[in-house]
Amino acid sequence: MDFATLLQLLDSTVRLATPLLLACLAGLFSERAGIFDIGLEGKILASAFFSAAVAYVSGSVWIGLLAGIGSSVALSGIHGLASITFRGNQLISGVAINFLASGLTVVISQTWFGQGGRTPALQGAARFENIHLPFADALMPVPVVGPLYEQIISGHSILVYVALLTVPFSWWLLFRTRFGLRLRAVGENPAAVDTAGISVVGMRFAAVGICGILCGIAGAYLSTGLSAQFVKEMSAGRGFIALAALIFAKWRPWHALYACLLFGFLDAVGNRFQNVELLGITIPVQFMQALPYILVVVILAGLVGRAIPPRAGGEPYVKER
Amino acid sequence: MTLMQKLLGASAVLALSAGAALADPAIIFDLGGKFDRSFNEAAFNGAERWAEETGGSYGEIELQNDAQREQAMRRLAEQGYNPIVMAGFAHSSVLDTVAPDYPDTSFVIIDGVVDQPNVQSIIFQEHEGSYLVGMLAAMASETGTVGFIGGMDIPLISRFACGYAQGATAVNPDITVLSNMTGTTPSAWNDPVRGGELTRDQIGRGADVVYAAAGGTGVGVLQTAADEGILSIGVDSNQNYLHPGMVLTSMLKRVDVAVYESFSADSIEPGIQVWGLAENAVGYAVDENNEALITDEMAAAVDAAREQIIAGEIEVHNFTDDGACPIQMQ
Repeated sequence: MDFATLLQLLDSTVRLATPLLLACLAGLFSERAGIFDIGLEGKILASAFFSAAVAYVSGSVWIGLLAGIGSSVALSGIHGLASITFRGNQLISGVAINFLASGLTVVISQTWFGQGGRTPALQGAARFENIHLPFADALMPVPVVGPLYEQIISGHSILVYVALLTVPFSWWLLFRTRFGLRLRAVGENPAAVDTAGISVVGMRFAAVGICGILCGIAGAYLSTGLSAQFVKEMSAGRGFIALAALIFAKWRPWHALYACLLFGFLDAVGNRFQNVELLGITIPVQFMQALPYILVVVILAGLVGRAIPPRAGGEPYVKER
Repeated sequence: MTLMQKLLGASAVLALSAGAALADPAIIFDLGGKFDRSFNEAAFNGAERWAEETGGSYGEIELQNDAQREQAMRRLAEQGYNPIVMAGFAHSSVLDTVAPDYPDTSFVIIDGVVDQPNVQSIIFQEHEGSYLVGMLAAMASETGTVGFIGGMDIPLISRFACGYAQGATAVNPDITVLSNMTGTTPSAWNDPVRGGELTRDQIGRGADVVYAAAGGTGVGVLQTAADEGILSIGVDSNQNYLHPGMVLTSMLKRVDVAVYESFSADSIEPGIQVWGLAENAVGYAVDENNEALITDEMAAAVDAAREQIIAGEIEVHNFTDDGACPIQMQ
């Protein structure tokens, strides 16, 4: 494998890891506050649709992004209402959101655009263009560092940088602020938080809201950054991969970044190397494309160390009387 | 013409139209969805053309998942639709078990072969059409590398790839042909994000023309190719209009004609029909969006090859004959 191939692989990794990373951090906030969320997939899908649809109608990708975030936060609200206010089962509520998004996006898009569950292709200001960072061309002649900077760091859509900056921000918010401390406490021991006079319900709704915003950005990136239209089921299981990455990362922001980059890298490898010859044996394309999923199974089987979820995760909080 | 003949003729027309009203045709679209801008949309256009010209109505079902296939076929057959046209190879095995239960209903399957007395199988010679666009790709390429991106990894799609590679090699024996498949499940027909990634990857390996035979995934391929400033080739429907000036041509597969003719036919002949260049059922598209890209020499070379293929002077190898391609793709 030469340097140019490696550069392309890493470039592709960054693009493919971005939606995973955003969804993973979304799950991180929600689960750290004790709300399991398997509805990430549905929120990404809903946001992918609404951001593409509104961007097409308004001609502005930023209005589209807001609409995407809005739709995702609305679904988060439903999840919160069911599992926090009414103390329903968090898993069932999440599954319901996935089904809801999967059906609603196609039906609404068919009604609005009549293209069988697609949105029309976006052009110009209705999609996120790639940004060329300063000095990218000037640095190009510098060996190794130049191409590395030009190809991997520069030349992505702005949402990629937003996603990467969200990692340190999440770390700071969760581990260096009073809000973060309370949010984590709500996921570990909500009774203690309640005793301290802080609203458990309020904290949990805040966490679910942040989760909605991040999922919204992830969905908008899929339909207006990576591609230029919405297609039914375009989230393609990314919300579930993000959940696996979250467990892999043991609910920590920086580890989430590494886990998502690893999944993105495996995805890129699966795309790049199809039917590879290794030691005289041809590895079929099916195996290469199954790599991320095989990794999920390995992780979930617990081979990568013990992953301990937040202690109050999945439990609705009932105030004792 | 005597009065008698006129009357007889008129009553025959009436009887025919009455018969048609009793048994409307129906169509089942495959998982890509009927607006995939490609295969299924071509089928849909054929059905619409029939409806417009005859004023008739037809039944349709757009599948959402694999499990609905048998149910869809049985429902249409039991509601009395006749003939029932199925667009897509994936219907083959199910149709093979369903068809004997409805001996009075005629079925037409496009892209698959089902050996039943009431089924007509329509097979397109995609390798012949792909050969022609492969020649165009090789002539338009400046880097000496052209790419192919398939949808689901099945022999039918390899037939496109193999024909394309043969055409490209015929123009330039030293050409490198890259080939990637999007996936191994039906979702590979609807993954424009992965299609775009594969395109960027092939561009990185030097390709400056990519041919997408991937249903809805191809929309992502064409989009990325246009974004990155290279040429692309569409498939099935004429996709030149999607990115005017950036789509070199489209490999036309007249699925619309197949549907239209099946809907219009008085009776469906069972057996296999093979449609190729000679029947004008495959070919390449030229319209105002891409005429500047196709020079006179290119058109002349391709049209000459077309005549030679029809005359049997050029033998285009069919991948599905032996499961192998004489050209090595990377």
